[in-house]
Amino acid sequence: MGVGIEVRGLNAWYGKNLSLKSIDMTVQANHVTAVIGPSGCGKSTFVRCLNRMHETIPEAHAEGLVKVGEMDVYGSGSDPVEVRRRIGMVFQKPNPFPTMSVYGNVAAGLKLNGLRNRKQMDELVERSLKLAALWDEVKDDLHKKSGASLSGGQQQRLCIARSLAVEPEVLLMDEPASALDPISTSKIEELIFQLKQHYTVVIVTHNMQQAARVAEFTGFFLMGSLIEYDKTEKIFTAPADKRTEDYITGRFG
Amino acid sequence: MRSRFQQGLDELKEKLLKMGGLAEQAIDRATEAYRTRDSKFCQMVLTGENAINDAEREIDELALDLLAMQQPMAIDLRFILAVLKINADLERVGDQAVNIAQRVLDLISEPELSLPVDIPRMADSVSTMVQRALESFLDGRAEVAEAVLQMDGIIDRMKDEAFVILVRRMHDDPQCTRQALNVLLIARALERIADHATNIAEDVIFWVRGADVRHGGAHFRE
Repeated sequence: MGVGIEVRGLNAWYGKNLSLKSIDMTVQANHVTAVIGPSGCGKSTFVRCLNRMHETIPEAHAEGLVKVGEMDVYGSGSDPVEVRRRIGMVFQKPNPFPTMSVYGNVAAGLKLNGLRNRKQMDELVERSLKLAALWDEVKDDLHKKSGASLSGGQQQRLCIARSLAVEPEVLLMDEPASALDPISTSKIEELIFQLKQHYTVVIVTHNMQQAARVAEFTGFFLMGSLIEYDKTEKIFTAPADKRTEDYITGRFG
Repeated sequence: MRSRFQQGLDELKEKLLKMGGLAEQAIDRATEAYRTRDSKFCQMVLTGENAINDAEREIDELALDLLAMQQPMAIDLRFILAVLKINADLERVGDQAVNIAQRVLDLISEPELSLPVDIPRMADSVSTMVQRALESFLDGRAEVAEAVLQMDGIIDRMKDEAFVILVRRMHDDPQCTRQALNVLLIARALERIADHATNIAEDVIFWVRGADVRHGGAHFRE
């Protein structure tokens, strides 16, 4: 099951540049939350702070409270590897391991985590591919087909399956459909909608219609600050802040 | 430079205001017909209806195009929804003006009869309501729209009074039933126009403030 996320006073830097300014946000468990805003507003930085991916960039660091369920992400005993297992991430460009089969791609994280039981692995791979709505399209060629031979949309669903295999509680998605055609996009969107039954999903998107279609909550970021955070229908029909309205109506950004 | 979308919204507004002008003109002509018992004004209302219907279709088409092509959000989305609803209300205003014109034609086919109901006064108030509702739409002024909402009760009372007076008159003097019934129907048409003006004002408030003030409440999205 998904867990909620509590963010309090989160600041993030690139070198000396403060790129996230004291973010407070509560992400509901088993809901889809969209993060929108113009380029450079800090929305990707924000989600990368949630699973400690931000600090993998040289000279980048973050401070503040991020609690994912009971886990204190920046607490003293926190292990970044464990954080990233529990908080999976899917990126803009599908990045399957090109030399590995479909099966190998999904099983990669499980192997890294030390799973050796073949039967258990088969079950987890099948479950993950089913959850990612890819199973029916690849089940006959699991071991022969390479991840790179799939279409763009299938590759992205493969990456989602790979993230799900290690049984995370939260799934972060950074522009997961921006490189895909409309049919693949709608499959991913439908998938996101299904996934929230089991996971908490946070999605960064430039496509406001996509945010409106898939998310129950939406946060608008501008210049490193969270300007407005509310139910999606409120944000897209009657936002409270003029800056949100100006952005979503295309008056700037 | 205005974006293509902004140009589309401006065009929509312009077309709706033009249609509003036609609807106002129809009310004024119908009232003038009653006041002067001149069938020429009735004919003008009847022939003018086509222009209102054409305008309604054009506005619907343009609004549909903007929704489909531009996928508007927030205040722009509320604006287009408000335009669609106001459009339907203005078309109904046109229909009610036609109803009045038809009643007047029937009235003037018989000798003039003095009835103690001040239809021109009621018509002036209704016309003012429509005018102010359109004014509030022109500049997005919710406070003007609120003033329109306040006027609706006055018109309702005028219509109720007219009903009591006219029904009593019909009862006392059955000879004048046909005339009194026509006047009663005119009062009812005017009251309905006031209801449409109220709807328009509510839609302007929804557009500007994002609040639903229909049915006597102020409902903001949570």
